Amino acid sequence: MKEYNLTNLRELEAESIHIIREVAAEFENPVMLYSIGKDSSVMVRLAEKAFYPGKVPFPLMHIDSKWKFREMVEFRDRYAKEKGWDLIVHSNMEAFKKGIGPFTHGSKVHTDVMKTQALLEGLSKYKFDAAFGGARRDEEKSRAKERIFSFRDRFHQWDPKNQRPELWNIYNARVHKGESIRVFPLSNWTELDIWQYIRLEEIPIVPLYFAKERPIVDMDGNLIMVDDERMPKELAEKAQMRKVRFRTLGCYPLTGAVESEADTIEKIVEEMMTVTVSERTTRVIDFDQDASMEQKKREGYF
Amino acid sequence: MTTNNLNIREFLDQDQKKDLLRLLTAGSVDDGKSTLIGRLMFDSKMLYEDQLSALENDSKRMGHAGEDIDYALLLDGLKAEREQGITIDVAYRYFSTAKRKFIIADTPGHEQYTRNMITGGSTANLAIILIDATKGVITQTKRHTFLASLLGIQHVVLAVNKMDLVDFNQKVFDDICADYKKFVTQLDIPDVNFIPLSALKGDNVVDISEKMPWYHGKSMLDFLESVHVSSDRNYDDFRFPVQYVLRPDRDFRGFSGRIASGIVRPGDKVMALPSRKISKVKTIPTYNGNLDKAFPPQAITLELEDEIDISRGEMLVTPDNLPRMERHFEAMLVWMDEEAMDTSTQFFLKQNTNTTRARIDMLRYKVDVNTLDKSEVEYLELNEIGRAVFTTAKTLFFDPYKKNKNTGAFILIHPVTNNTVAVGMIIDKMSSDELPSRITDTEKEKIDSGIGLISGSEYQKRYNQKGETIWITGLHGSGKNLLAFSLEKRLFQLGATIVLLDGSTIRSGLSRELDFSPTDRAEHLRRVAHIAKLLNDQGIIAICSFISPSDNIRRQCAKVIGEERFHLVHMDASMDYCKNNKPKLYQLAEEGELRHMPGVDEKFEEPENVVLTLNPDNIDEEINTIIDYLAQAKIYPVK
Repeated sequence: MKEYNLTNLRELEAESIHIIREVAAEFENPVMLYSIGKDSSVMVRLAEKAFYPGKVPFPLMHIDSKWKFREMVEFRDRYAKEKGWDLIVHSNMEAFKKGIGPFTHGSKVHTDVMKTQALLEGLSKYKFDAAFGGARRDEEKSRAKERIFSFRDRFHQWDPKNQRPELWNIYNARVHKGESIRVFPLSNWTELDIWQYIRLEEIPIVPLYFAKERPIVDMDGNLIMVDDERMPKELAEKAQMRKVRFRTLGCYPLTGAVESEADTIEKIVEEMMTVTVSERTTRVIDFDQDASMEQKKREGYF
Repeated sequence: MTTNNLNIREFLDQDQKKDLLRLLTAGSVDDGKSTLIGRLMFDSKMLYEDQLSALENDSKRMGHAGEDIDYALLLDGLKAEREQGITIDVAYRYFSTAKRKFIIADTPGHEQYTRNMITGGSTANLAIILIDATKGVITQTKRHTFLASLLGIQHVVLAVNKMDLVDFNQKVFDDICADYKKFVTQLDIPDVNFIPLSALKGDNVVDISEKMPWYHGKSMLDFLESVHVSSDRNYDDFRFPVQYVLRPDRDFRGFSGRIASGIVRPGDKVMALPSRKISKVKTIPTYNGNLDKAFPPQAITLELEDEIDISRGEMLVTPDNLPRMERHFEAMLVWMDEEAMDTSTQFFLKQNTNTTRARIDMLRYKVDVNTLDKSEVEYLELNEIGRAVFTTAKTLFFDPYKKNKNTGAFILIHPVTNNTVAVGMIIDKMSSDELPSRITDTEKEKIDSGIGLISGSEYQKRYNQKGETIWITGLHGSGKNLLAFSLEKRLFQLGATIVLLDGSTIRSGLSRELDFSPTDRAEHLRRVAHIAKLLNDQGIIAICSFISPSDNIRRQCAKVIGEERFHLVHMDASMDYCKNNKPKLYQLAEEGELRHMPGVDEKFEEPENVVLTLNPDNIDEEINTIIDYLAQAKIYPVK
């Protein structure tokens, strides 16, 4: 039966495609949240595969906190144009005009206003009833229990005690008006699976993932890159050129780099197999409190 | 898992070829399940160092394992659970070795969480059931095994843990195995294995322990890496539930879905269900090129040679191997909702991509998961399991769950809360004709004595009327029929459900052999009364237009129909009016040519107990009078 045995990656691929199609079939107005990161890139590729030779029948939405790395935004715009995606870019413009940002207001306020609130605003504005996210269960402890179809009430809130049982590959997609579902087609993928798939399928990713000399400021052990002139001068002055790469991408003042020589996917994986830090520790927002991700999820963060 | 000696490209190429094993772990709180999982993950070196250092801090603060690292703390995620020191939901863990990738569904063991084990186990190829060697086979062990067998898990490993606490004694292990075998033979699990181990100390987890030289089997990890699971899939019966119809432009139409079972190739003949239209597979196009074959669990798109109309929820199969196609079937049902089952609910049933309304006809029995005893119950509560008979609105295409998990499983969704309230696994021990419908024993008695199963109030709700009789009496030519026919038309226009019975129609057929003598007239009217009764019993209003000249006859009719349903209306026309209306008949009667003519040679008794006395001069007005009467008496409309 070897001939009819799928590899791990192809089995995960099939599972994800099935999930994506199920949402497209059952919901009136789904959206795929696109973060420009490597997982999002895999997710979008899976969506393209799901509807090949047709086009993806729903839009992508990027929640732009206005503090993303410039290379991310460039990548997003170029790639979306090339692929002909229906891409919505949404920001909390009101807060942006007020000048909310991580340097002035701290990571907690910034994340809450420019990410969580902006997301909820975007979802409500377009009345999306289902939103795909690229989260994986192996990323973080509290995600291990997340359903693939994660139910949210009218206020986009997640109640860990009130999630529907999820059996086989039969997903309950019934929601009342105003309620919605967050869908995680990559739930069962691990970080290694993602890299393997990017390699196998030759999926383009933002160059920030690869090691390169970059201007870096050491902020309490977090290696923060000077990406634009909004970094306070007294910090930016301390910048040194260091060979680094990013394991996750987000707002540049909140995303720590790691020193690395890995400038190919193979080297990244090699580094990963012998690493000393797991993925999300390079995200500054996780340090606020224990089980903080769970708290954010309850509030509506992805 | 070190990569030092291995070129990274080679490593990746090899890693890419790994397959996936999904497994379920079940055990009670203290069996050391989390420790085993933590150990498997840790020892296969997939835990990152910072997780470990965080863990050392955590262990000191709230660990339950003394000075040792508490592996269980690796696994608990949600705040509340950590504080209680127990895992309360299904959590998925990932680790991989050089040979395989593993997804562990980690489920708790206490009684109230059958739901979680069912959830975690639904996709599992294999179940590890933990036993504490100091306690042996306990009720929970049996429960977990029963659930694994219910879910159709083909491979079960009994992990006899804490062997260190029984001095690695072979007899303890052998006794536990013998005990378990006795129980497991009652169930249907093809592959059962036994491994003695100590999760805490690491014996027989990854490496074979020197402390149990009497054990000649594999270590847990070795076993998990080598167990053969791909043949558990059904490659024989091609079933392709259509999930999504792809129509990007005029030239292309594809049917997307995940292959539930069987193999498909371009050129294969396929049949669409329920239309039974036949076509051939033209191509299997994918983003990475056309496939020359596809098999489960691939998610593919099929392009057919012919234009056939197929929608989501329908199924493509091979014409010579069809699934069952029924609206009436039996399933094992696990109740998953806090609120108990209400058998009068019209659920949504989702099977594959097909959603339909469904009702539970009958709950045959409940299974006690601890003893496997069956008992009769009226409904199921949270975490209870029973065997139930269903009827659906749309036809389902299915195979028994045992033969085909993908086409034999379904979920039940509550129509109001939208919760997934139950899950089902279809069994086909009986054909659908043999299955009971929703007919209880008392109902059976009713049927045997000819009593309908629909109650008067159900009819009343449906028709918005009471099944009663308007009996119009009056002389020949008094205008009874004019009144009756006009009334019928008015009521029909208003939306009532009525049947009109009149003398000439009944006498031309049903009462054809009867004449107008008092005896025959009595028989004729007896028949009419019984028809009216039947109609009334089934909620229909009867309008009867008959001379019915004697009080005695009218009373007998009322008795047959039911006094409270019998509304006597007298068409009180003068003799002159009647004669004027039917001059010829009255002339014949007066000349003695025609006998038994009420009002002439026979008496027409003035009716007693009439509800209305009407006059033929203004029929339209009199009809309004009757309509008003029916409304007031709430005969029609009821609401």
